[in-house]
Amino acid sequence: MKAEDNNSRRNFLRMGMITTATAAVAGIGLSKVLSKDKAEKGSGEEVKVLSADGKVFVADSSHLKLKTHTPVTNAESRIGIPGKKFVMVIDLAKCEGCGKCTIACNKMHHLPKQREWIKVLEMQDSHDSAPYWFVKPCFHCDNPPCTKVCPVDATFKREDGIVAIDNERCIGCRFCMAACPYSARVFNWSEPMWVEYSAKQGDTTSKSTCCSKIEDVDPTDNDAPPERFFESKKGCVEKCDFCPHMAREGKLPCCVTGCGKDAIYFGDQNEDAVTNKSGQTVSLSQLLEDKAGYRFMEELGTKPRVYYLPPVNRQFPKPDMKNSESKS
Amino acid sequence: MEHNNQKLVEQVERELLSTIGQKYKNERFWIGLLTVISLFGVGAWIYQLKRGLGVTGMRDYVSWGLYIALLFFFVGISLIGALVSSVLRFTGTKWRYPLLRIAEAVTLSAILFAGVMPVLDMGHPERLYYLVTNGRIQSPILWDVLAIATYFTGSLIYFYLPLVPDLALMRDKLTGISKFRVWLNKFMAINWTGTPLQHKLLKRAMGIISVVILPCAISVHTISAWLIAMTMRTGWNTSIMGPYFVFGALMAGCAMMILVMALLRNGYRLQHYLGHTHFDKLGMLLLALTAFYLYLNINKYGVPAYNMEKDEKEFLDDLMFGRYKIPFWFVQIGGLVIPIILLSFKKIRSSIRYIVPVAALVMVGAIVNRYLIVVPNMLHPFVPIQHPLPGYDSYNPTWIEWAISTAGFTGFILFIILLFKPFPVITIWETMESVEKNGVDEVGLEYMSNQKYAPRYENYEN
Ligand code: SF4
Ligand code: SF4
Repeated sequence: MKAEDNNSRRNFLRMGMITTATAAVAGIGLSKVLSKDKAEKGSGEEVKVLSADGKVFVADSSHLKLKTHTPVTNAESRIGIPGKKFVMVIDLAKCEGCGKCTIACNKMHHLPKQREWIKVLEMQDSHDSAPYWFVKPCFHCDNPPCTKVCPVDATFKREDGIVAIDNERCIGCRFCMAACPYSARVFNWSEPMWVEYSAKQGDTTSKSTCCSKIEDVDPTDNDAPPERFFESKKGCVEKCDFCPHMAREGKLPCCVTGCGKDAIYFGDQNEDAVTNKSGQTVSLSQLLEDKAGYRFMEELGTKPRVYYLPPVNRQFPKPDMKNSESKS
Repeated sequence: MEHNNQKLVEQVERELLSTIGQKYKNERFWIGLLTVISLFGVGAWIYQLKRGLGVTGMRDYVSWGLYIALLFFFVGISLIGALVSSVLRFTGTKWRYPLLRIAEAVTLSAILFAGVMPVLDMGHPERLYYLVTNGRIQSPILWDVLAIATYFTGSLIYFYLPLVPDLALMRDKLTGISKFRVWLNKFMAINWTGTPLQHKLLKRAMGIISVVILPCAISVHTISAWLIAMTMRTGWNTSIMGPYFVFGALMAGCAMMILVMALLRNGYRLQHYLGHTHFDKLGMLLLALTAFYLYLNINKYGVPAYNMEKDEKEFLDDLMFGRYKIPFWFVQIGGLVIPIILLSFKKIRSSIRYIVPVAALVMVGAIVNRYLIVVPNMLHPFVPIQHPLPGYDSYNPTWIEWAISTAGFTGFILFIILLFKPFPVITIWETMESVEKNGVDEVGLEYMSNQKYAPRYENYEN
């Protein structure tokens, strides 16, 4: 069971790589590996490969793996991606409350269905004001109360703005959960489930005792995720991590690409640019100015890195607050 | 008079020496029972370690529960040592002598279990040493660890120092005890011979530590208050939290002191030495502290209840009229108002039979209040709880938590009882000194004349 699952995961990864192999050969980000799998039958398609020491040789494409990233050391992932300041903008006017961002996030992080790092809530500020959908990831605050209280530096602020958690370090005191005013953090009360989602979105096959826990994976292995924040571990806290491993590859976080309504933008404040799923890249400052962007509970002084655009001229029906189990 | 006093002093020495190593009343039964309950709790903890904190009732919203409430409770109880040994010392109270060592023992045991509680609550207790290797001094948890460690050390010293002359006395006068205990007394008495110089040094050392221990005690509990006051949560984020904790703690400590005194008085047959005076005086102290705590409660809940700010309103509604109304009003009325009324009567105060249940009432109120400080707040975060998983929007401690918490209490009592197996409950030399100087009445000793050697009065009148 164990070996089989491992294999299928590897195959899945390799498939993704081959499609990009042609483009990558021209570049330098390719390395030869997997000689151990020689027994497998090659696909017959031959590619020319430039090795790191400048030699060109021919290999069977099925024996190649694309090195999507250089493995990131623990120290590096504590510092973050140099020169970046990640920022997110959520346009509440565009959100229809479908929850696809949550589904995409759970899929990416192999979380069980109701474990929500990004939540979609029904909000109504006062009795007569219009209800709206409120999407809430971790805000990756610039003045994060959660990291302030951590006794062992297990949760920390990186230079690129991301608030991350080192679950090899976390002692599970849950002080950060008490300190976060936005209830962004969740705890692994018991042995976490590692859920493999099938290719079809939202369709889950739960394999709670599955093999491919990341702790089994050799960190120097190319398949290992570059930042090891998102492995759920018993007795540790976790939360939305802004998908730092995607950012290393220059990709958008999964919630952004999961949102069919283009409601979430993600980008770099230093470049003053944010991008949504459709690939529209806009100026952050312009966007915030034009649409009166704001941050949630600014008065707490936590300086979130997530901005909201108010739910004006909503493009989708408002939530029915009667269905909401909100206790307020 | 002088001559009479001298005789009484000798009697004190004889009687107190004879109590050392005495069997606790029904010792087998009590110690056995307490041990079994404690061991059951240890078993529950091992189970919790294996399965993870999922076996508790805590979930993502209420992420702290019974264990943290008990942490606050135990830290609180530990303040009594400083109150009795330092404050009463500064005020020159003469009846304090027989209470000194009991107070220090309560403190030691309480601070010990206060140190255990957060470890029980941790997701990764095996990583505890990270606090040393990777500690961040900015975190209030680290302050708490340092404060608890300091206070524990201080209390240990404060327990030991006045013990030295007693140990020397035991070394010189006790016969017929095991070889090990002879050696122990000798070793721990560190060559005390009672010379004037030694006395002077001891008195000075005790004077210093009684001053040092007071800020330690207050800081240790203020910092536990800060653990929650330094978060941005409705009901927690208030500057009254420090004093609120400290005075709540003194109150609970005083009630605990009365209970432990009654326990030891009965168990180790100390009716001569823990008399009505002591219970009456402590009852008065308890009265003052409960009254002041009621005042703090009115401030803590009254002011936000008047303003009714949006988030406060939801929280206070839940607390006063919602899910927590029964425990809340029990604490305010049963744990404060009624005890205040009862303690106002001298008759109740000075009768040991009556004051024990009153102190127990205050104590239960204090424990429930600690629970109310921790739990209901966590159910009212700024971002509303919506579509929670089953069991996530409430907190009901599981039997595992109850087992472990109960074991905390039994362990606490067991530690005190066992601590007084080898050491005298009442500080002998200080009591003798004080009797010599002030007479028995001032010290609060009772019925000294109508009893002879070795008090063994099972049916002694209260
Ligand atoms: S939203 Fe909460 S968890 Fe995220 S950075 Fe801010 S305080 Fe920390
Ligand atoms: S639970 Fe972990 S990350 Fe959070 S404060 Fe404690 S040690 Fe730090």
